[in-house]
Amino acid sequence: MTPNDRKYAPTHEWVKIDGELAVVGITDHAQESLGDITFIELPKPGMKVEKGKECGVIESVKAASDMYSPVSGEVAETNALLETSPETVNKSPYDDGWFFKVKSIRHDEIETLMDASAYEQMLKNAE
Amino acid sequence: MGFIPNTPQQQKEMLAVCGKKAVDEFFTDIPRDLAPKSFNIGPPRSEMEVQALFEKLAGQNYSHLVNFIGAGFYDHFIPAAVDAIASRSEFYTAYTPYQPELSQGTLQAIYEYQTDICRLTGMEVANASMYDGGTALYEACQMAVNITGRDRIVIDGGVNPIYRKMIHSYTANLSLKLCEVAVSHGQSDREKLFAALDEHTAAVLVQNPNFFGVLDDHSDVVARCHEIGILVIQSVYPIAMALLKTPGEIGADIAVGEGQSLGIPLSFGGPYLGFLATRKKYVRKMPGRLVGRTVDNRGREGFVLTLQAREQHIRREKATSNICTNEALCALRAHAYLSLMGTEGLKEVARQCVAKAHYAKERLKLIPALKVMESSPTFNEFTVRLPLEAGEAAGRMIERGFAAGFPLGRYYSGMENYLLVAVTEKRTKHEIGQFAEALEDAVCR
Repeated sequence: MTPNDRKYAPTHEWVKIDGELAVVGITDHAQESLGDITFIELPKPGMKVEKGKECGVIESVKAASDMYSPVSGEVAETNALLETSPETVNKSPYDDGWFFKVKSIRHDEIETLMDASAYEQMLKNAE
Repeated sequence: MGFIPNTPQQQKEMLAVCGKKAVDEFFTDIPRDLAPKSFNIGPPRSEMEVQALFEKLAGQNYSHLVNFIGAGFYDHFIPAAVDAIASRSEFYTAYTPYQPELSQGTLQAIYEYQTDICRLTGMEVANASMYDGGTALYEACQMAVNITGRDRIVIDGGVNPIYRKMIHSYTANLSLKLCEVAVSHGQSDREKLFAALDEHTAAVLVQNPNFFGVLDDHSDVVARCHEIGILVIQSVYPIAMALLKTPGEIGADIAVGEGQSLGIPLSFGGPYLGFLATRKKYVRKMPGRLVGRTVDNRGREGFVLTLQAREQHIRREKATSNICTNEALCALRAHAYLSLMGTEGLKEVARQCVAKAHYAKERLKLIPALKVMESSPTFNEFTVRLPLEAGEAAGRMIERGFAAGFPLGRYYSGMENYLLVAVTEKRTKHEIGQFAEALEDAVCR
């Protein structure tokens, strides 16, 4: 269910290392809680993001929620597909629905995030 | 019976948190002479007594004067049908239309108003109104700051000084930098304006016609600003839009203005109507209410409040704006007015304003004691230099039955003898003639 190839933040974002970059998105649980996503305001390339700090907005039919970066660094690239098809996040939260890629990352910071089983345990405890 | 829901103990605790000794300390921004001397409004009075009191107060208004004052607010004719439509209780008593299933009429009217404003300004989206032209201009500044991530606003001196004062008040405690560029002989000084632009500038504020009634094509300002990522906010006189290039045509990013001219009577303190329109790409950064057209689950057309996620009841402190109140009834009046006038009717109003103002100009030029300023083309307002202080002359004109114009010395130092005169379609040739005679008499006395 929850992919094992990445790390998870308590605010329901995932981070996947891809060479020099960290790819960021939200979890299946997050997209399901938000409902149909209608608009995503992503951070702009070049913008500095900080772990645990707001960096954008996700609007769904239910609510507008802040997006938190699970890593610190500089935004290298954003997912252009989400501008026209934000519903991609509902359909494919772990693959096509990625949000942005971060460069100048610190691996030790990413190591402190949860693995898949710890994240699943957190969700179970919250139920 | 007490109506204040907190106890003295709670008040004490709240004051301690805020670091204040008394509630009065929260109101120190209100000048002493404007604060009420007492909140004791006296013993109860009968309906008849209250009516007499208000009639006496209303009688202090000089509403009989033949009006030649503009300065952003104009004496236009209002068809009786506007009052009839706006005073229907379905509209008059309606609250914010949160529930579309109960509010289709109000929502449709607001949607049509937004469409009117888009057509009038040549823009793609308009909100469901703001308090007045000044608040709309401030909100446009805030929008530009949010879009660009910059913190500096350059303001052309031709922008209504009342609006400029409002922007200073609104931004007094914000980290925005305002840079005003003085006009030169009533005209925008492009050299100085362009020199004031830099990479920290979020927006440039311009107005057409400007405060002196002077026409300006800001296409060159747009071209220059867009080269360095600066947004252009143009404040416009809606009646003039029937004839002039629209903000959309010149390429402006945000169009704002005072909608009072569209079927709303002149009154001290309003209520007035601010309009704000922009490009579709900025719609999520646009403050205020927005009505959208959609279909229900059976495919029938309907109207709803849309993009509410920008607003304060959902986004709280991160809302695009904290103005979510609108002027729905005034917007309805504007919509009724524009619908009754139609495209040709509005053009006719605008043409008559121009023609009568130019007739008045010619008539005043015949008076040797006056100097009509003519360095640039004007719409329905123009500047006249008098041989005495303009406020003094305006006072003498009141005795002669005229509201003669706006004394420019109030906002522009060095222009103490200048009077800003506005002429609308309501003024007759006879009234303009009498005005000229009275002004000659008043200044030569």
